[in-house]
Amino acid sequence: MSEFKQTFNSSLGKKLIMALTGLFLCTFLIVHLAGNLQLFSNDNGYSFNVYANFLTHFPPIEVVAYILYASILIHAIYAIILTTGNRKARPVNYAAKPQSPSSWSSQNMGLLGSILFLFIVIHMGDFWYKYKFTHSVGFKEYRTNLVTGERTVSDFTPEKPEFEHSLSYNGDTEIVRVKDLHTSVANSFSQWWYVVIYVIAMVALSYHLLHGFQSAFRTFGWVHRKYKPIINFIGTWLFAVIIPLGFAAMPIVYFIMSLKK
Amino acid sequence: MENATMNLTLKVWRQKNAQTPGKFETYKAVNISPDMSFLEMLDVVNESLIRDGQEPIHFDHDCREGICGMCSLYINGRPHGPKRAITTCQLHMRSFHDGETITIEPWRATAFPVVKDLAVDRSAFDRIQQAGGYISVNTGGVPDANEIPIPKIIADEAFNSATCIGCGACVAACKNASAMLFVSAKITQLALLPQGQPERYRRVQSMVAQMDEEGFGSCTNTGACEAECPKEISLTNIAHMNYDYFSAKLFRQEEVHEVKHGGA
Repeated sequence: MSEFKQTFNSSLGKKLIMALTGLFLCTFLIVHLAGNLQLFSNDNGYSFNVYANFLTHFPPIEVVAYILYASILIHAIYAIILTTGNRKARPVNYAAKPQSPSSWSSQNMGLLGSILFLFIVIHMGDFWYKYKFTHSVGFKEYRTNLVTGERTVSDFTPEKPEFEHSLSYNGDTEIVRVKDLHTSVANSFSQWWYVVIYVIAMVALSYHLLHGFQSAFRTFGWVHRKYKPIINFIGTWLFAVIIPLGFAAMPIVYFIMSLKK
Repeated sequence: MENATMNLTLKVWRQKNAQTPGKFETYKAVNISPDMSFLEMLDVVNESLIRDGQEPIHFDHDCREGICGMCSLYINGRPHGPKRAITTCQLHMRSFHDGETITIEPWRATAFPVVKDLAVDRSAFDRIQQAGGYISVNTGGVPDANEIPIPKIIADEAFNSATCIGCGACVAACKNASAMLFVSAKITQLALLPQGQPERYRRVQSMVAQMDEEGFGSCTNTGACEAECPKEISLTNIAHMNYDYFSAKLFRQEEVHEVKHGGA
């Protein structure tokens, strides 16, 4: 056991923890983006609300979610430990501004990460916390005619405060009652400053992953003549372009839609 | 024939010893030939300082041929100055322009304490080498050359790693004052070759442990070290070291007991 402790206390071991947690968070982003694309389906929030309900009530996902929260914290804590150590390694700074060529993002991972951490606190406080631990999120009732597929939606007020969700049938009609996170999202995204926070955070995400994704593979030691271009391509196009753009599109589109109302 | 000389202003870090705080002093370098090396320019300045009864500027140098790794100097924000893939002794004054102010600082790292002025103590590198940067060979007759077949691509890669002269520019350039490029080059040059195999997994563990012991920072993969290395040692060495380290620590039986305690 002490040998493992020694390994993860070494400079390389700490970087391994950063790389492992970082890549796990990257895979989460793919799932999170894919799931949240349902914000773009034009069904009065039905699929998004059902999806949010599924995420919070399916036990295996609950377990993965707590591993995810732990990863975010470990990634941040080790970043602080490493940065403190790095500062100690150079107590006197150079008077001349360092001119050595290296990418801006690689030199500012701490700043970018801090922006992202702040964003995660705001983001989880507004949606995850309110959804799970407060009664501030309303309810919607969706009635779907299983024969014709027609769906009607109405507000729903539960009789008991501990009500979470229900699924019932009335003849050919399926009645789904779920928390209406969709309206919370739409309300938040109708405020311009909220959209600005999201867009800034996604720019930070883009630069963080532009360096972070490929750097994690370097930390593992997986730099191979044949695979390096593939890793750089995925890191650049998927993680630094498509994913941040996809996330940023959500508040922007909802803000534009709110202007039309 | 025009034989223009240059006049420069130097901002030089002066520090009596590791215990005394240092500060910048400004000097004039006059009538400097553009064909002088940077170190020859400092020689000229020092001669005038000695004539004036002042303490000359201390700086490290030895071969002045770009192969010993002794010269250092952080010049205008870059180790070994503005040119790529050369040491300070190979840097010529024609790389600067007349009237320029040049800031000269020592390598800045906890593990490289200032000895005097621009000279720093790089014996941390020696201790890392002593921790495992060697191979064991049997005594007896000299083995024939090329007795052990090594593919050219591997031989080339090992040779590229072996060109490291241990000057410490990688540490000086790194925002974290990390020694990973140096340590990884010293590990990889042996790990790639058959002769380096018996100690391969012990070596990487003891050298990394000694590196941590010396107080160097960790690696962010910014690539500043690779860009500043006078021998253009590749960042891939660090990945190679990481791979060997994690396979040694997590998947192999070799263990490392002692870490030599360093410090100047």
